[in-house]
Amino acid sequence: MLYIKCPHCGWRSQNEFSYGGDATVKRPELGKDISDQDWNNFVYNRKSLRGRHWELWQHLSGCRQWIKVERDTATHEIFNTLKATEEIS
Amino acid sequence: MQKYSVFSLIKNALSNHENWDLAWKDPTPKKEYDVVIIGGGGHGLATAYYLAKEHNITNVAIIEKGWIGGGNVGRNTTIIRSNYMYDENALFSEFGMNLWRKMSQDLNYNVMFSPRGIINLAHSDAQMNVYARRGNSMRLNGIDAVLLNREQVKEIIPMADFSENVRFPIFGGLMQPSAGTARHDAVAWGYARQADSMGVDIIQNCEVIGFDVSAGKINGVRTSRGDIKAKKIGLCVAGSTNILAEKLNMTLPIETHLLQACVSEPVKPVLDNVVTFGAGHFYISQSDKGEMVMGGDLDGYNSYAQRGNLPTLQHVLTEGIAMMPFLSKLKMLRTWGGIMDMSMDGSPIIDKTHIEGLYLNCGWCYGGFKATPASGWTFAHTIAQDRVHELNAGYSLNRFNTGHLLDEKGLGTKTWIS
Repeated sequence: MLYIKCPHCGWRSQNEFSYGGDATVKRPELGKDISDQDWNNFVYNRKSLRGRHWELWQHLSGCRQWIKVERDTATHEIFNTLKATEEIS
Repeated sequence: MQKYSVFSLIKNALSNHENWDLAWKDPTPKKEYDVVIIGGGGHGLATAYYLAKEHNITNVAIIEKGWIGGGNVGRNTTIIRSNYMYDENALFSEFGMNLWRKMSQDLNYNVMFSPRGIINLAHSDAQMNVYARRGNSMRLNGIDAVLLNREQVKEIIPMADFSENVRFPIFGGLMQPSAGTARHDAVAWGYARQADSMGVDIIQNCEVIGFDVSAGKINGVRTSRGDIKAKKIGLCVAGSTNILAEKLNMTLPIETHLLQACVSEPVKPVLDNVVTFGAGHFYISQSDKGEMVMGGDLDGYNSYAQRGNLPTLQHVLTEGIAMMPFLSKLKMLRTWGGIMDMSMDGSPIIDKTHIEGLYLNCGWCYGGFKATPASGWTFAHTIAQDRVHELNAGYSLNRFNTGHLLDEKGLGTKTWIS
């Protein structure tokens, strides 16, 4: 069982959250020329590495806010959590 | 190589089974091979076997970080089927079914292939319509499919919940009678033994550290047991695909996720078939030892842990109990997890890459085990001929760029949602 510190609500169990995938993926900016490759990288291509991984979770059964979580994909250790609006430093 | 037969069994019984040959050798890696296969799982072993058997390429090494049979080939729920709707998936899988049917003879190794049939349960009229469509598509591709009504399902699996006021009543199901199971370890061992006997070096405890690429060509691989040169290298590493792709500066439409399975204590024969729950994600069969073999959803977040978390297991087993209430009486014997290479459309990739001599085999999602022979056969063809076979033409890496996706379940790119 994971325990995730929601930046809004504090420590809660994994059961209250739903996963949202890689948080470092950025949608190409609107109104700018982008290549097919840029678009593919946004839609399909993922690094998905072993180790530290910034990812989105939604506190679905809590405050319903999207948050960013830095978690180790091998040990599940959680290093950091941020509000969705906060930039990953 | 010593042939396994009743005569060799009797002969070796006379010497207390102390003189059997090793099933495969433990060679020191050579400096150079014609082909190096990275990953000694089912797919890698099958690839090496078919390279030797179909293409007469025997100067081949399989390099494996762990041990033979320790990865997903030893961690799956052993289900074999070809109940796909899309032509690309159906024809590929049915080609594999034909390899399964003769595998024990072909490998001189009893893989205990048991075509006991798979039943996908339907729990609404709409789902019956979808299954009718899929069944018809299968039959058009020469695959056996039978649409069962509620009464017919009840006759085959009377222990399922057919009571009146259930949340997900059973309306019927789609059955592929020729689908089934096989002994997964035997598949790995059988391919390894035959590949070894034809000259393939199986090198275990050998981790890939990096690649030697120059001018767009692959020249070799750096490993924990020294550098190995090869003009052709095949990647066949399932959940570790992204780790090796990073060393090649490639980013792939693959995410690594954890899938759990479990078995109950052994009980007397109760379930003849493989059955899947249609209102969630749960599948079950009974092993020859009597254990109920069960699996379901991914853990739901990127993971390399190779062991799972309890919330998912609880969720999956809740579905199982909804389908077959007697399961609640059973004790759990073992649970385990494996790491899956989840592709962005749910279908695999068997293709060349932009690096000359580097071939890619990944993206097997939930269906890697059943694909073992067909994957090995087509990947061997792709490597030996340096071009894809028509059977794996649809499994191109480029389909994500061109939009020719094979999204059988229509799930989109959220690989963790099943």
